[in-house]
Formats: sequence, structure tokens, C-alpha cells
Amino acid sequence: MTHSPSRPNGRTVQLMATCLCDAFFDDVAKATVEVLEHAGCEVEFPENQTCCGQPAFNCGDWPASREVMRHTTRVFEGDKPVIVPSGSCAAMLFHGAPLEFEKEKDLPTVQKLANRTWELADFLVNGLGIEKWPGRFPARIAFHRACHTRGTGSGEAALKLLQSIDGLEVIPFGEAEQCCGFGGTFSVSFPHVSSSMGCLKLEHMTASNPDFIVSGDMSCLMHLGGLADRGGQPVKTLHFVQILQSALHRHG
Amino acid sequence: MAEQKVELFARRLDRGVQQAVHSNSAAGTEKRYTVLGTDYSAPDDLRRLAGQIRQHAIEHLDTYLEQAEQSLKRQGAHVHYAVTAEDACRAVSDILQKAGAKKVVKSKSMISEEIHLNDHLGSVGIESVETDLGEYIIQIDGDHPSHIVKPIIHKNRRDIAKSFEREGLGDYNDDPETITRRARVFMRDKYLQADAGITGANFVSAETGRLVLVTNEGNSRFCLAAPKIHIALVGIEKVIPSDAELAVLLNLLGRSATGQQLTVYTEFINGPARTDRPSGPQEMHVIFVDNERSQILASDCREILRCIRCGACLNVCPVYRQASGHAYRSVYPGPVGAVLSPLLAGKNFKQLADLPKASSLCGACNEVCPVDIPIPDLLLKLRNRGHEEHAPSPGTPPMGAFAKLASSPMLWRFAMKSNKVMNLVPLEKLPLPYLQPWLKTRTLPEWRGGEFRSWMKDRRKK
Repeated sequence: MTHSPSRPNGRTVQLMATCLCDAFFDDVAKATVEVLEHAGCEVEFPENQTCCGQPAFNCGDWPASREVMRHTTRVFEGDKPVIVPSGSCAAMLFHGAPLEFEKEKDLPTVQKLANRTWELADFLVNGLGIEKWPGRFPARIAFHRACHTRGTGSGEAALKLLQSIDGLEVIPFGEAEQCCGFGGTFSVSFPHVSSSMGCLKLEHMTASNPDFIVSGDMSCLMHLGGLADRGGQPVKTLHFVQILQSALHRHG
Repeated sequence: MAEQKVELFARRLDRGVQQAVHSNSAAGTEKRYTVLGTDYSAPDDLRRLAGQIRQHAIEHLDTYLEQAEQSLKRQGAHVHYAVTAEDACRAVSDILQKAGAKKVVKSKSMISEEIHLNDHLGSVGIESVETDLGEYIIQIDGDHPSHIVKPIIHKNRRDIAKSFEREGLGDYNDDPETITRRARVFMRDKYLQADAGITGANFVSAETGRLVLVTNEGNSRFCLAAPKIHIALVGIEKVIPSDAELAVLLNLLGRSATGQQLTVYTEFINGPARTDRPSGPQEMHVIFVDNERSQILASDCREILRCIRCGACLNVCPVYRQASGHAYRSVYPGPVGAVLSPLLAGKNFKQLADLPKASSLCGACNEVCPVDIPIPDLLLKLRNRGHEEHAPSPGTPPMGAFAKLASSPMLWRFAMKSNKVMNLVPLEKLPLPYLQPWLKTRTLPEWRGGEFRSWMKDRRKK
């Protein structure tokens, strides 16, 4: 995946909460705000934001996706860093959007937004230079590197922060490079394959009984959590930012 | 609701076959990772370099192909061009018939599968025997390869023992060594009787006309030991500028394909036998096959022509591991096949336009590709092409209404709040065709639309 080498890293940032946090996971969006504020950021939330357009992009309906992306570029005007607590939505902004606008006149507008976009962990570590996260979180976790952060610094960044937290242990598991099976609309158009992939992922991740299953993408966790729940063996899932937030609260 | 074909195939797939495919693929991925990581400090840099080499080669194919032709002729080989699969088959049978050849031995070649060469040779009365053990088993079973490098990844040794018994190669015995020994004895006669040997080529150097073949069984050398004629079928994209690039490409090919530093046999073929070099076939023909490749080169998916057929993307692909190779209904399965097969189908693109959908777009394929092909991007481009050409895609939700909603902030906020009603009804009873496949195996969390927005507003007031 391509990624702009020189992205703005000022401390006034725009938050793209993502449609999943808007609809289901307000806790994660709230944690993102608190964590960014702890890191010294002033967080702006452009209220007209909706979705990154990825569902239509993945379905092949690029005209529909571009319509959404054009709206998004208008909502996130300016030159502040845009922070996204999701590897997949961030990748849509910095990689998918330039791809679907390759032959469009307004590619430069889209590319400009792409160059300002950061996935949250990437921003905290590689943008703000945070190496260690304070506080305490006594738990054993299995961390799933969300697939859309492949080729970026996000996965390593999240792990670095998590591993620096007092009391937290990240446990290894088998076939770690494998996808959880969500894949956006893939999860409903290939439900059997998607669920089989998810069950396999769960099997590996729960093999050494972690306290939490953790990722940087709520879509993966919604899928894995939903599968475990339906299967009668629920697991506790957390976005890594919820751990960062929680650790702060136990900081004293 | 209609079902995606790959999904249907995977759902009905025999569990034993699925597990064989999964464990074999996973082992391949693991071996590749270990050997590359042990031997190179920056394997990703090497992959990118190889990608640049291959991209350069295909972007200057007009030059290099012509140069390869001149070099091959200088070496004493005959060079032919075939535009279509039929042309390629006919070119082979013409050469054989002219020489009065009745029996041929073949080493493994994906392009011969692609043009269905064995069927064609059979139809004109020429016996063609596959000499790669896996391909031979496929041939006697009337089956199709389900992996680029491991064609019988879907079979177990008991199946194979039964096939050997049926073919009269001895009593039932599923000991792998016995099976191999029996195949060897059978092959020896075939090599000695054959009038011609047919191979593919992993690379052709434009500078020297050197044809490079890699195998692990040494069967391609036998194919060229006794027969008088050598026919090599070569996709036009296999040409590389010079021998020098082999240092990068061969080092990556073996490691990516089978986790070997180098395959057991690497052959460099420099034309037919000459007075100063009397061994080998007296006549050598190289048939450059286009079969839609020029069209692919002209398209925005040309990066797929970098492919060196290592199969690493199949091994790592979670969908391939669930569905197996036959789910892809084409010669090239897995991620590379999901891109290549619909493109090779040419005007029948729509018939295979569902393949690019059979991916969670996880990007593992790109991460292991020895020539760094951006496979997920190509899958997305082909999805877009499928959409533009109205190719059927069961289970893909229509996105028009979503786009309207997601570009109207007022409507969006209203929908976020009002959807809370979903928490009050049993979701399974809702007539929402795209929600039900989700709910069958997964629950949905509580709808909390608008909660974060009001929290943010309150926070600002403070």
C-alpha cells in the first residue's frame, strides 16, 4: 500500500470516527477522543461526516463510492491531520480513494486528503513520537493486526504502545498473518467462507485463553465477536484505544 | 437468494479435501517465510526489486520479444507466434505432424493447461504423457490441477494408490516411495519411445535466447534427452531483458514457491544440438503464445503479467484455503487466478467476473508476492469493470441508496438515530436480504447511533 511519507503531525486534529463507531461503537470513538487529548491534541469533529465510501468501493460501484468520497473531502477540508481509529477506513482514504480517482479530474483534492490521513496508532507513535503509554492494564491479550494496515506502520505502532503498558501481556498465536474473514460486504456475499475464516481465527486467538481479543479495526471485532457470540462461546473484544484509555484511568 | 459460485463450491467441499488444502498451503506459507527471513535481511526490498525488473520487462515487451526472437534464432531454434490458444495448439500439432511424430512427453507447463493442449493432441491422434508426477496423476484421473505448483494438493495418497491400481501400475499400495518408483518405471519407457518433448519456460532471456526451466523431479531433462524435437510453449510475458536478472528472479522463485533456496533442477537451454554440442534434441521450436496477453498489457491491470507462477499467493490466501483451487473454475486459481482468469477469458470476461469478488481483500497475497503485484488493487479494478459491464454478482448489495445516504449529512444523522428501533425488534424476522446472511452465523451489537455525536456536543458545551 502507498502511504505519504510526509504527513502533517500538528496537535489540532480532525477525527473521522467511522460509520461503525457512529452506529455501534460510541465507546471506541469516545476513547479515541480521550486518548488523543491525553496526547496533547485538540480534537475537532466535523459533524457532517458520514462514511469513507468503502462499502461501495469494494462492491465495484466506484461512481457511488466517489460520490461519498467527494462529500468526505468537502467535510474534511483544510490541512490538519485527519485521524481514523480504523486501519481499513484510513486505508480507504489514503490508498483506496486515490485508486478510484485515478482517472478523475479531482484526484488532487482526494490525494490531498490522503496525504493528511493517519490511522490512530500510526499517528500516536510515528506522528507524535509517543514511545510508551502510561498506566496499567493487567491482562493477557491476543492482538489481531487488522489486514488493511499491512505495509504501514500501524500494526507495529499499536503493539509498541500496548506492550509498554504495565501489566499487559501480548500473547502469540498461530497463523497470525491470516485475515479474520470480515472483508466488508464479502461477509454477507460469501457468508460460509467468511464465517469459516472467522472461526479459524477465533480458534487460534483463543488457544491460550486470552482475557481479550484486541484489534485496531472494529469491523474485525464485530465479526469475530458476533461469531463467538452466535457460537455460544462469547469472547471479550476491545479496540486497542480502549486499552490505552483504560490504562490512563488506572494511572491514579 | 442466489449464491456466489466460489461460496457454493466451498460450502459443498469435502471436509477432508479442505483440510488437506489448508494444511498444505499453510505449511508452504510457513516454509517460504522461514527461508526468506533466514537468507535475506530485507526480503521485501528484494521483492520490490524483482517487481521493478518484471514491470520493466513487460513495459518494453515489444523490444525484448523481438530481441529474444533474434537470439533464439541465432542459437538455432525456430520461433513461432500464436495469437490465440487454438493457434498455439495448431502450431504444436503442425510441427509434430510434419515430423511424423506420434508420441510426446510433456513436462509441467501452465500455459499448456491454459490452451488445453492435451485435449487437442488427443483429438489429432497424438499420445501426450505428462511426466511431472502430480500432473501425471491429474492426467490419469481426468482431473484438473488445483494449485499452480502443487497440482494435486487436493488429493491424498490413498486416492493416488487407487488410481495407480486402476491404471495397471501394480497392486494397491499407498506408500509414497512405491508410488514414485512405479511412476518412474512407467515414465522411462515413455521417454525412450517419445518423438518429441514439450516444455514450458520459466524465463527466456532476450539478450542470450537462453531458456530457463525449473523443476524438482528432473523430468524436463528426460523429456529432452531422447526425443529428437523440443517444443517450448512460452507466454510472451516470460521474456526478461538478460541473464543478469535471473540472479534476483531465480532466488525468489524457489523460495516463494516451495521454500527451497533453489529448485532441484535448473536448466539453461541454449538451442538445439549442434556439432560442437551434440546432445539434446536436434530440432527446437519456441512458440510464443499471446492468448489475450497483449490485451492485458494494454489494460490498467498489466501488473498481473509480472507473475512468475510461484503459487505463494495461493498458499497464503484464506479464501483459497477454504475453497480449494477447483472453486475458481479456471486453470489459474487463488488470488492470481482471480485476476488473471477473467482477463484471459477475453470477451467472455463476464463469465468469470465473479472471481475478483471471492476475496476479503486482506492483502496477504501482495505481501508474499515475489514480484510485488498489487493483487488487491487489481481485484478492485476488476470488480469495478464487472459493475460497469453489469456482470451478475449474487449477494452484492446495491450501493446507490447507500451513496445518497452517505453524502447527505442530515439524512445520515436521522438514519443513525432512527435505526435504534432495530434494538426493539427480532432482527432475524426483518425482511433485509443482506442482513440475514450475517445473522445466520453472527450476532449484531446493539445499535447506538447518535450516542457519540451527543457526547461530543455535551463535551464542547462544558
